[in-house]
Amino acid sequence: MRIECPICGSRDRREFYYQGAAVAVARPAPDAGAEAWDDYVHLRDNPAGWHDELWHHEAGCGAWVVVTRNLTTHEIRDVQLAQSVKEASA
Amino acid sequence: MVEIVAKSAVDGLVPLEIGAQKLTEAKLGPLTSLMAYNGAEAGLAKALETAHGMALPGPNRATGKDGARAIWFGRGQVVLAGPEPVADLAEYAAVVDQSDAWACVELSGPKAEAVLARLVPLDLRAAHFKRGHTARTQIQHVNASVTRIGADRFLLMVFRSMAATLVHDLSQAMTTVAARG
Ligand SMILES: [Zn+2]
Repeated sequence: MRIECPICGSRDRREFYYQGAAVAVARPAPDAGAEAWDDYVHLRDNPAGWHDELWHHEAGCGAWVVVTRNLTTHEIRDVQLAQSVKEASA
Repeated sequence: MVEIVAKSAVDGLVPLEIGAQKLTEAKLGPLTSLMAYNGAEAGLAKALETAHGMALPGPNRATGKDGARAIWFGRGQVVLAGPEPVADLAEYAAVVDQSDAWACVELSGPKAEAVLARLVPLDLRAAHFKRGHTARTQIQHVNASVTRIGADRFLLMVFRSMAATLVHDLSQAMTTVAARG
């Protein structure tokens, strides 16, 4: 599996660390309430299909990236800097 | 009184010569990381060019030459290798001394590419990875900086604590490449 780092280019999967669903780019406000925080901390979808996830280019440039990956085929449709995703949603 | 002796990270580990390939210490001099503040990249580029005569390298690139290099070193980070940084740089960037933090070696020889091909998950052949190209990647399992500095010369840098592992992995790869004749 290869991941197209927006900074480094196409790189082997071994250079990346997998963090999980890309929920961290949409962190609730501190006063969002128990339900929103429970959802943010504990509840995850498990789709058989496209999934936004956070990967860290740990052995490369050090960037956090949002990878849109198909969980059934491992096809990767999109990779963006987590910073860009966060800024776009702000 | 304790006598403290300065010792390089690869002291006693190199030089090595196996087959036609050589592994030597890269004596780079002071290493300084430069991390531009938000919006200050153009200012840093100008200050670096004026003071040290090198362009600020973008991702996957290195500028300068033996004795004075600027090597892209990660997201928003460049390492200045050789010159003592002028004070002006601190106006535009976080300037941090890294001199003793890295183990730096030079791998050279006609089959240096073949040695690295056994350890690095990147295409380092000259058609793809030219002089002045650099990458943050791995050498075996160790996070590293790899820079081509000549037709058959590579500069390899890893955290100081990984010096012995780096030399071990390289010497094994050099041995197997040499055995193939
Ligand atoms: Zn990267």
